[in-house]
Amino acid sequence: MSEQLRPKPPYDRSRRVSRRRFLGVLGAAASLPAASALLGSCNALQRKETPKLGASAEEIIKQRQLTPEDVTAALMTYMPSGKYDEYLMFSSTGHGGQVLVHGLPSMRLLKVIAVFTPEPWQGYGYGGSPNRVLEGGSFRGRPLTWADTHHPALSETNGEYDGQFLFINDKANGRVAVIDLRDFETKQIVKNPLLVNEHGGCFVTPNTEYVLEADQYPVPLGGEYAPLNQYKEKYRGVLTFWKFDRQQGRIVPEESFAIETPPYWHDLADAGKGPSEGWAFWNSINTELAVPGILEGRPAMEMATTQRDMDYLHVVNWRKAEQVVAAGKYEEVQGFKLIRIETAVEEGLLYLIPEPKSPHGVDVTPRGDYIVVAGKLDPHVTVYSFEKIQQAIAAGQFDHDEYGIPILPFEQCLEAQVELGLGPLHTQFDDQGYAYTSLFLDSAVARWALGKPYREDGWKLVEKLPVHYNIGHLAAVEGDTAKPAGTFLVAHNKWSVDRFSLLGPLLPQNAQLIDIGPDRPMRLLYDSPIGIGEPHYAQIIKAERIKAWDVYPEVGWNPETQSVDPNAVLKVGEERIERRGKTVEIWGVLLRSQIRPDVVEVEEGDEVIWHLTNIERAKDATHGFALGGYNINLSLEPGETQTLRFVADMPGTFPFYCTEFCSALHLEMMGYFLVKPKR
Amino acid sequence: MERIATTLPVATERPAEARPAIRAVLSRLNDRILFALAAVALLVSLALPYWEMTLLAPQYPGGLKVAIYLGPRGLAGDVAEVNGLNHYIGMMKLEEAATFERAIAPFGIVALAAVAALAAAVRRRWTALLSVLVVLFPLIFLADLAYWLWYFGHHLDPTAALSSAIKPFTPPVLGTGRVGQFSVIARFGPGLYLAFAAALASALAIARRWQPSQRRVEVG
Repeated sequence: MSEQLRPKPPYDRSRRVSRRRFLGVLGAAASLPAASALLGSCNALQRKETPKLGASAEEIIKQRQLTPEDVTAALMTYMPSGKYDEYLMFSSTGHGGQVLVHGLPSMRLLKVIAVFTPEPWQGYGYGGSPNRVLEGGSFRGRPLTWADTHHPALSETNGEYDGQFLFINDKANGRVAVIDLRDFETKQIVKNPLLVNEHGGCFVTPNTEYVLEADQYPVPLGGEYAPLNQYKEKYRGVLTFWKFDRQQGRIVPEESFAIETPPYWHDLADAGKGPSEGWAFWNSINTELAVPGILEGRPAMEMATTQRDMDYLHVVNWRKAEQVVAAGKYEEVQGFKLIRIETAVEEGLLYLIPEPKSPHGVDVTPRGDYIVVAGKLDPHVTVYSFEKIQQAIAAGQFDHDEYGIPILPFEQCLEAQVELGLGPLHTQFDDQGYAYTSLFLDSAVARWALGKPYREDGWKLVEKLPVHYNIGHLAAVEGDTAKPAGTFLVAHNKWSVDRFSLLGPLLPQNAQLIDIGPDRPMRLLYDSPIGIGEPHYAQIIKAERIKAWDVYPEVGWNPETQSVDPNAVLKVGEERIERRGKTVEIWGVLLRSQIRPDVVEVEEGDEVIWHLTNIERAKDATHGFALGGYNINLSLEPGETQTLRFVADMPGTFPFYCTEFCSALHLEMMGYFLVKPKR
Repeated sequence: MERIATTLPVATERPAEARPAIRAVLSRLNDRILFALAAVALLVSLALPYWEMTLLAPQYPGGLKVAIYLGPRGLAGDVAEVNGLNHYIGMMKLEEAATFERAIAPFGIVALAAVAALAAAVRRRWTALLSVLVVLFPLIFLADLAYWLWYFGHHLDPTAALSSAIKPFTPPVLGTGRVGQFSVIARFGPGLYLAFAAALASALAIARRWQPSQRRVEVG
């Protein structure tokens, strides 16, 4: 054991203790005396001058009243200063409108990525190019400053995360955002012109050809007005395939398309992979086609949508749909390519399979051979075989719904049903052939065995681990990819109730780290309060897959175009101010500890175009640019260029300064913006 | 370098009977090969740094590095960052140091290599005498470097933000110094070591050529 515990040199990040070795050691630490002995031996090797860590560790354990499980959990999660986490978790913040990045296993919050909501620290939405990103997500020309983010999706290559891009949806307004993981900045927000409210996104196809998004609460196409008594005729569901251009790092709306569906509510989705590549799957609710109207005497939607025993799993052949679009068999609606229901039926693009009513998650197994539907109101997960689905399609024995869409026989597509407990919502996978499903009502995570070819002992519940409380989504390390990594799982719990200090009646959510290592029961390791939103889905990626920049590649880098900006000033001393009629254009530079030029004088009503380049090359030498009164604050990271455009419509004297504490003379990094009043 | 500086003068002070031994060693050397090696070493040194400086401070965990090349690369490393930091104490920009010397250095080294090559090709005493320049070259480099380091540390802009906090100083040519929160570690680069090797080879070759009997060297 002492061999295994030989400590690393303090700054050596290159060596990593292998997980197996690490866990082997921890396995031995399962009892209290062993744990303290472990600490003692560790210490003996590390620093001779520190006396008896074994004894002091025992003292700490006693003082803090820690159990052996606590000590093991601490050893598994503690990240010494300067060490990096092995995994990164990207999670939504719900109606916080942003994305969070946590390190695992430490569960440290590393970053909040501004996406749909202005965020001043990142200079997001306070002048500069991020304003254009936010404007791109306007709703019929109206700016939106919040979103309900639900499901982040990392870009994939061959069904595995490639660490290049992240997509996230906005349920409230039907939008999708693109984040570039070279600089962790939002580059694009697209508004789906066909729908208003959505839920079934973002999920990507195995090579990120498309980003999937579908409605939740149907509206007439484009969200136009139609009374609710025309629900069946006018309201429609929309299954959207956003085309992604990896080179440009942008969604291309002109090359995207959607498939029209009946006004069933669409819930979660997943893209097929392996044998099921080219297909996509959506759950649905409210195949009753009920509409609200409590005051009119109609039942509440919670009752109205749960009257039938079965809703429909939507099975979509997107590869074929792509060809149908290429063949021109679509209509342009709101400027968007839409395949009508009749075309989808004629061309064999869309099939329905009954599923226990009002399910929630639909998750494709790592090999792409099964589709797991979590029951929500049904204590089972229902597992469909893709092979059987194909056989059923080939057999052609269909019922049809009232819109003429073929319904495949449930029994013919079914592989298994596994009873897990109350409120199954979402499913993830590990590398041992186990699946993990969140149980909302039970407040637990169920570990269950997949059948062949994953495991011989398949299709049965293995164990349940209580979590705190009301778990929604869960995420295992790369747990929705073709090659899940196992190791850890995070339960995203909606309620924390008694887990943290009371901070008023709005309680933080609770992300709980769970050890799902092989050959041992699941163990709860750590609570991480989320005080900045309500995480829904999250994805966990091996940190090594992400190749982020430490500084922008060249001085004068425009993060919007990801290239050098023609208006960048590349050298100190080349700053200048030009006046053309009523326009004043400034080419400026920021460096420690100057903003150059440091005096800009304009006349009231002048249009100001101000190019600012942070000329620094040192890691972390970020400068802010704040102009009080004009609601302007930029974050200019080393090498970055941004352009401000505004009308100097307020006369007066306005100091501008650097908002990042960049140097000992940071306070002195200022200047004056003088606006002369009109005579 | 140390060998040439210590053993040769010491050898002359030794009793007379030691001299034949040195002669015997020298007589085994081929002056042409030595001069040719010196020429090659000088040319290769153009691609390598002559002097390197590392600055260590808490906020730069990897340190900052500046390397001086006498070849076409010139100043390399974190020059902009070091300049940016230096401006707080009013130090000139690194590019402003030894502009003349750095401009002629590549040609000078090629010329020295040519001198050594000439001495290899033309086995005359006058060609060997010219090669004394090759022997002196690394010492000239170090003297010039020391001058510029002194100059930089003693010509600080009095209007700089931290001018009152920093007294004039001379950064080390070799070894460790301290400026503000920075430890400055100066090292000779592989280019300079090659120049020293060329100097040593030339010195030996010159001595060999001055030996009275120019016997053929047996090729083993």
